[in-house]
Amino acid sequence: MMLLEIRNLRIAFRVDRHTTVEAVKGISFSVPHNATVALVGESGSGKSVSAMAVMGLLDPAAAIIDPDSRIIFDGSAVRGKDIAMIFQEPMSSLNPVFTIGAQIAEVLKLHMGMRSAQARRRTLELLEEVGIPDPAQRIDAYPSQLSGGQQQRVMIAMAIACEPRLLIADEPTTALDVTIQKQILQLIAELQQRRGMSVLFITHDLDLAAEIADHVVVMCKGEVREAGPAKQVLTTPTDDYTRALLDCRAALATRRRAPLPASASEAPPLLEVRQLRKTFLLRDGWLRRRTFHALENVSFTLARGQTLGVVGESGSGKTTLGLTLLRLHQASGGSVLFEGRDLLAMPVREFQAYKRRMQIIFQNPYASLNPRFTVGDILLEPLRIHRIGTDDRERMAMAHSLLEKVGLPASATARYPHEFSGGQRQRIAIARCLTLRPEILVCDESVSALDVSVQAQVLNLLQDLQDELGLSYIFISHDLSVVRHMADQVMVMRHGAVVELAGTEALYGDPQHPYTRALLAAMPHHG
Amino acid sequence: MRAWRRLCADRVAMVALALLAAFLLLAALSAAGLVAADWEDEVGVSYAPPLFAGAMAASSVSSAAPAQALPDNPFDPLADDIRALRAQLASATATTGVARRATLPLGGDKWGHDVLKKTIKGGETSIVVGLVAALLAVAIGTVFGALSGYCGGVVDDFFNWFYSIFTAIPSVLMILAVAAVLQQKGVLTIVLILGLTGWTAPFRLIRAEYIKHKAREYVLAADAIGASHWRRMFHHILPNVSHVALVQLSILAVGFIKAEVILTFLGFGVPVGVVSWGSMLNEAQGELLLGRWWQLAAAATAMALLVTAFSLFTDALRDALDPKVKP
Repeated sequence: MMLLEIRNLRIAFRVDRHTTVEAVKGISFSVPHNATVALVGESGSGKSVSAMAVMGLLDPAAAIIDPDSRIIFDGSAVRGKDIAMIFQEPMSSLNPVFTIGAQIAEVLKLHMGMRSAQARRRTLELLEEVGIPDPAQRIDAYPSQLSGGQQQRVMIAMAIACEPRLLIADEPTTALDVTIQKQILQLIAELQQRRGMSVLFITHDLDLAAEIADHVVVMCKGEVREAGPAKQVLTTPTDDYTRALLDCRAALATRRRAPLPASASEAPPLLEVRQLRKTFLLRDGWLRRRTFHALENVSFTLARGQTLGVVGESGSGKTTLGLTLLRLHQASGGSVLFEGRDLLAMPVREFQAYKRRMQIIFQNPYASLNPRFTVGDILLEPLRIHRIGTDDRERMAMAHSLLEKVGLPASATARYPHEFSGGQRQRIAIARCLTLRPEILVCDESVSALDVSVQAQVLNLLQDLQDELGLSYIFISHDLSVVRHMADQVMVMRHGAVVELAGTEALYGDPQHPYTRALLAAMPHHG
Repeated sequence: MRAWRRLCADRVAMVALALLAAFLLLAALSAAGLVAADWEDEVGVSYAPPLFAGAMAASSVSSAAPAQALPDNPFDPLADDIRALRAQLASATATTGVARRATLPLGGDKWGHDVLKKTIKGGETSIVVGLVAALLAVAIGTVFGALSGYCGGVVDDFFNWFYSIFTAIPSVLMILAVAAVLQQKGVLTIVLILGLTGWTAPFRLIRAEYIKHKAREYVLAADAIGASHWRRMFHHILPNVSHVALVQLSILAVGFIKAEVILTFLGFGVPVGVVSWGSMLNEAQGELLLGRWWQLAAAATAMALLVTAFSLFTDALRDALDPKVKP
């Protein structure tokens, strides 16, 4: 007997009055007692929708569940109290105006019929259980006073408050840093063991699934492609799609090209950053101001045709570094020498010429393209500003050839960004940078928002461009395996300071700093 | 294009748009002198009742028959001239339709003006005042808001200080103060009064949108490719916040049509000899005591129709233009 059995689940969404789109196409899988099942798939695979259907959270006005679909919980229909769910964004799942204690106690009062004093005692026990330090004090804290990891712990406490038999975790660690992710995974695994409950773990990350799950269900475009014990699916996949997914990640485990010959590192650097500092003034109370050091004395060099990887957790200053290099943020001190000329000291007019030579690709391709511009406008604008090409016809021809280079049809110029998928938009953003034929590209988490298979495509594109055009990259990412794949040198940052800077082989093979070691240990290992 | 298609799918919006277009067309025709140019002709008897309420009221007003002509005085040295004048007068009344009409489609005012034509002519003034003043206010508010939100720092402080002064003074007092400074009556004066005092709401909203958008990645990307401040402000950000300005335009136009009524009522409105819905309502307060309700009814109905249509259209326009609203 299975704890949860889903048979032939079919869900369609209403687009308008006449058309519907099928999001889940007759899937079947089951969750055994006392086990963890990972539901793995890329965006749009229908994994979250299926979980919402199990919880009964789908809006009946928008979603149509086929009448032949069966969701059987322990032999009967689903009862609310037996299933709990945690979500990706703990910050938006918690109500910011109530203390965490009040929010957990509310659940206890409503579902377990407890009185206030009793509920508070139980809340303390729960906070203790999920590993919140000093629960007696933290119980009266507001969500904003906790870190992201602690907020997710609170969400977990709230989820297990009613002693559910099934916990659905929808990408619970995606918004968290790697070290925190590791802790939350451990917590979920511990709770699962101790309470003998089952966990349905939804994720896009196969490595994560490999770490936590007993069984794996791989979904793609609303269908189950493969299901079975974790070891079997992840080591000897039978389905092409699963194999492709695994290959995408496996490819990252290796360096792309051989380490550089010693002579290359002696060539004069294209970019040299010395003691770069950036401070922000924060308002602290009424009149007091506090300085926050986002960058503290960052120094490095970048040679032509090389890639510098910058890794660090959120708040480490890696994005600020990228923006400051391009003068999108005003630096507070230090110098950035581009072929010996200090970019930070030169007047705006002179810097305009250097904007052509240094470009940036942002993290979120949904935000970095102006939604009111067509792709043609987006690509022509930099050409017009820098007066490249004699007239618009010639510029348009350049735009077409660039689109071809990044793997998009020339007809894309007449369309708007929102008509493209995330990966395609990132290609458009790359094409926009290439219009200026830059020498240095700053990639700020440029593939982090993309699905694994799309990520691999964009990384390949970046590599091909580097080989073809001799570009130098400053590759900023929180994903250690992506950086290992791309970079010749890696710089580890923490709290705005450089912790370690070494060649990729050396850093991953023999990390010197304890923080680097902790980061590498927290990396989910595949297989 | 998409916004227009979404707007077309909204039936309420299309009805409102049709009504608006009709009003604008009438205003344009009357401005061109094709319609209601003869509104000042005294075609009806004084306080002629409307057609549908006519017959019974008409009898009570029919006393206005022309008086009996005096016989000629043979000793008058000017007898010939007077005879000539009389003949001229008689032929004049004959060409204007002999007698004044006892009823008019929507009734007549004190001088026998046709209220229907008067409403159309008045609409011309009111709609022009509403739209032009709203355009002025939104233009000022958008430019100030864009500068303030985009530049930040000292510029923002300056505009905020200016804004605070404007909003600290009660609006009616402000309007009266500007009216006192401008010292003359006329449509242009009203447009200036309303435009110069009404920019605060769009300023506040546009400034907030600019603060939000200037940190967006697409604006940073524009900076990275070398787009100038001006280009980023008006080429990149403005289309993305234009829905706020457009909706403000509709809201203010409605408000200003009503404000013109109030101004005229207070005596700061249009000059004598120009008709507007405001001046009609002003006249109507005395007439109402005599039981002549039709001028009030005509002006109020026209205004209610226009304002309702404009508001509904505003709502629909906001939904259609906001990229965040899914169809």
